[in-house]
Amino acid sequence: MKLQLKQKSILPGFGLALGFTILYLSLLVLIPLSATFLKASALSWQQFWHIAASRRAVASYQLSYGASAIAAAINLFFGLIVAWVLVRYDFPGKRLFDSLVDLPFALPTAVAGIALTTIYAPNGWIGHWLAPLGISSAYSRLGVVIALTFTGLPFVVRTVQPVLEDLDKEMEEAAASLGANRWQTITKVLLPSVMPAAVTGFSMAFARAVGEYGSVVFISGNMPLKTEITPLLIITKLEQYDYAGATAIAVVMLISSFVLLLAINLLQAWSGGRLKRAHGSELPEIAEAGAAS
Amino acid sequence: MASITFPTPGLPVSAHATHATTERRWVRWTLIAVAVTFLGVFLFLPLAVVFSSALEKGFATYLAALREPDAMAAVKLTLIAAGIAVPLNMFFGVAAAWAIGKFDFTGKSLLVTLIDLPFSVSPVVSGLIYVLIFGLQGLLGPWLAAHDIKIIFAVPGIVLATIFVTFPFVARELIPLVESQGTEEEEAALTLGASGFQTFWRVTLPNIKWGLLYGVILCNARAMGEFGAVSVVSGHIRGRTNTMPLHIEILYNEYQFAPAFAVASLLALLALATLLAKTVVEWKARQQSAEWEQIIGEAV
Repeated sequence: MKLQLKQKSILPGFGLALGFTILYLSLLVLIPLSATFLKASALSWQQFWHIAASRRAVASYQLSYGASAIAAAINLFFGLIVAWVLVRYDFPGKRLFDSLVDLPFALPTAVAGIALTTIYAPNGWIGHWLAPLGISSAYSRLGVVIALTFTGLPFVVRTVQPVLEDLDKEMEEAAASLGANRWQTITKVLLPSVMPAAVTGFSMAFARAVGEYGSVVFISGNMPLKTEITPLLIITKLEQYDYAGATAIAVVMLISSFVLLLAINLLQAWSGGRLKRAHGSELPEIAEAGAAS
Repeated sequence: MASITFPTPGLPVSAHATHATTERRWVRWTLIAVAVTFLGVFLFLPLAVVFSSALEKGFATYLAALREPDAMAAVKLTLIAAGIAVPLNMFFGVAAAWAIGKFDFTGKSLLVTLIDLPFSVSPVVSGLIYVLIFGLQGLLGPWLAAHDIKIIFAVPGIVLATIFVTFPFVARELIPLVESQGTEEEEAALTLGASGFQTFWRVTLPNIKWGLLYGVILCNARAMGEFGAVSVVSGHIRGRTNTMPLHIEILYNEYQFAPAFAVASLLALLALATLLAKTVVEWKARQQSAEWEQIIGEAV
C-alpha cells in the first residue's frame, strides 16, 4: 500500500524512518491531544457551554485575546521599523542588536516574567517613573500587554527582515525615476511587498501570546475577571481539582489555536513561500543554494 | 549598498537623486533611535535587571543561593529533563527529516503540519493533556495507581511535558534543509557501493550538521527554560520535582528576590550562550552555503 503512495527511490530506510516518525508523533502528540477531546466529550453540551461561556472564562478570553492583539500590533509597528533599520542602515552596535532580537525565544519565560515585573513594579526602574503619573504598569492589564509584547517581539522582525533583504533596490530606483517621492515609494512600493510577511509575523506573535503563561503570571496580578489570562484560569481550575472545567477551557484554547495555525498556513501560502525561511532561522542561504542545484 | 548614480554634467550630483532612494539624515537617525530605544527597553533592561538584582546583596549571597540544596536539586532535575528530551527529539528530527526530506509520498504536508502542532498549543494545555491521561483522574490513572507507577507529579511527567513543548525544534530546522539538498549525493554514494548507514553518516550528516546543531541548541534552550507545561505536571515538591524555572517561581513568591534572580541569572546566561551559539552557527552555515554556491557556480 505504502509503496504505491510513494515515489520510487533507491535510498534506503524510508519505512523505518517514516514508521518511527509516525509512532513517536502519535504516542507523544496526537494521542495525548485527542485524549483531551475524549475527556471533554464526557461533558454534555450544556455542561461544556456552562463552563466555557461562564463570566469568568469570557473575561479571561477577552483579556488574553485583546492583550495579545494589542501586543502583536505594537510588535507589528515597531517590528517593521526595527527590521528596516537593521537591513538598511549602519549604526554602532547593529550586530549586537540584531542577535539580541531573538532573546525572547531564548530567555525562559519565568525569568522574563520576574525581570519585567521588577522593572515595572511601582518601585522599579520604569515603574517609578510611571507611578507618579497614575499609571500602574505592573499588576494591571497594561502589565499583561507589556509581557506579551516581550514574548512576541522577534516574530515580525524575523519574518520581515529576509523579505527586505531580498527586495530589489531597482524597484525603488524605478519608482524614484518615475517621479515618486520617498514617502510614495515607501507606501506604494515597499510596504505592499513586505505586508504579507508582516501580517504573518503579526499572526505568529498573536498566536504565541494567546497561549503564553510564564512571562504573564508574575506581572499580571492574576485578579479573576480583571487580570486573569485564560491559561492561568486552566491552572486555577486544575489546582481546585476541577478537571472538567480545565478540560473544557483547554478545548476552547486548542480549537482556537488550530484555527490560528490554519490561518497562518494560508497566510504563508499567500505570501508565496517567501517566509519558509523566516520564523527564527531556517538557514536560508543553504536552502536557496540547494534549490538552485 | 551604494546605488549607482550618473552625475549629469552641469547639474550638481543632486540631493534629489539620493533623497529619492534613501531617507533624509534626520529621518534615518530618528528611525534608528526609535528602534534602539524599543529594543533597549524590551530586551536590554530585562537582562540588566536580572543580573543587577542577582548581585544586589553581594557576590557571597549570590553563590550561597546557588549552592543551596534545593537550588542544586532544581539544576539537577533541569539537566535530567533536558538530557532525556533533547536527544530523543534530535533522533526524531533526523528520522523525520530523512523520511520527509528525501522521499515523496502522499500526505507529506499534513505530516509536516502535525509535527509543528506542539508549537501552537499553549504550554499550560501541553501539560494538561498528560495530566488527563496519566493523572489520578486521567484515562490511565486508576491502572497506574494500581501498579504504583507515578508519572504526574514526578520526573516522568516533567520529561514528557518537556518533550512535547520542544517536539518540533530539530525536525523543523532539518526538514527544509534536507529537502533542499536533494538526493543526488546519496544516490552517488549508494551506486559506488556504500551501505545505507555509511551514506547517511558520511554524506547526509556532514551536509546537515550545522542545521542539526542549530535545532539542538534551540531545543535545549526551551527544554531547560520551560515553565508553563512543567508547572502543570510537576506538583512543585521542593528538592524533588522542581526544575530551575519552578524553583525561581517559589523563591520569588516567597519574596526571596536575590536568590530567585541568582537562579534566574543562570538561565539568562544560558539564553545569552544560546544566542551566541546561534550567531556562530548561522555564520558557519553561511560559509558552507557559500561553498555550495561556488560548487554550483563551477558546475554551471
